[in-house]
Amino acid sequence: MSTIQPNIEQPVSEEMQLVRRAKRGDDSAFEELVRRYDRNVFRIAQHITQNREDAEDVVQEAFLKAYGNLAKFQEQSKFYTWLVRIAVNEALMKLRRRKPERTVSLDEEVKTEDDSLPREVADWSPNPEQMYNQAELRDILTRTIQGLPEGFRTVFVLRDKEGLSTEETAEALGLSIPAVKSRLLRARLQLRERLNRYFRKRASGDGDQ
Amino acid sequence: MKCSEFLNELTNYLDGVLDARTKSELDDHLAWCHNCYVVCDTTRKTIEIYRDSELYELPDDLRTRLRSAIMTKCSEHKKSGPASS
Repeated sequence: MSTIQPNIEQPVSEEMQLVRRAKRGDDSAFEELVRRYDRNVFRIAQHITQNREDAEDVVQEAFLKAYGNLAKFQEQSKFYTWLVRIAVNEALMKLRRRKPERTVSLDEEVKTEDDSLPREVADWSPNPEQMYNQAELRDILTRTIQGLPEGFRTVFVLRDKEGLSTEETAEALGLSIPAVKSRLLRARLQLRERLNRYFRKRASGDGDQ
Repeated sequence: MKCSEFLNELTNYLDGVLDARTKSELDDHLAWCHNCYVVCDTTRKTIEIYRDSELYELPDDLRTRLRSAIMTKCSEHKKSGPASS
């Protein structure tokens, strides 16, 4: 196994300076942190809850919780990773409150997932961006990602959409690194499979075998 | 290398976090295995499509409203002292 993404020791980042000012009671510094990350928190919350109003609530609750607990933030991780962890927990609570019966163990999902190799003969050609207009593509992407189990979706969104590292994702979700990697692989392959149905359908509709 | 072994390393391969030797083994596999090549390429495209998409963007007016609500509540919180949560 290769070692990955070493943690590089950094001088106090601009972000950490903002955090320290906010800890000392400078609300304008905290507001700057809100401005910096509100869009990310909203996207993450929306991806998890699949509900816009819930996502708006999560944005407010996550930042308020961060504000109220700022003194407890140890500065051992990035502020953003800490904030994401709070936001993910808030979003999951919303989700569970709304759909209590749908609490499924993800490890079971991983185990029961079909392990057969994907079989493909044709690549996506032309590119999906050329096959569909923006609105159609967005609709397809929304539908495909909504179909993923929540735990896979969350890992995928944090890693591939929000650009967190494997370690940061593990920290934000309270998962082990192997669990993040396993779920990420599943999520990527399942999304690919789901998109494939659309993109191949369109290609075969054009007379391709 | 078997296809299943390739698939197990796919995420590391796409993330570019493999050592040179493993990467070269995977490159060799891709050079002759068309199936894995297509799976790898379409998975890469899947990630790119999502990364570039603008799903769930927060509109500016709502952003301003939310930020203002957050800062108002923060200031109330400060005045009333830390509430037990």
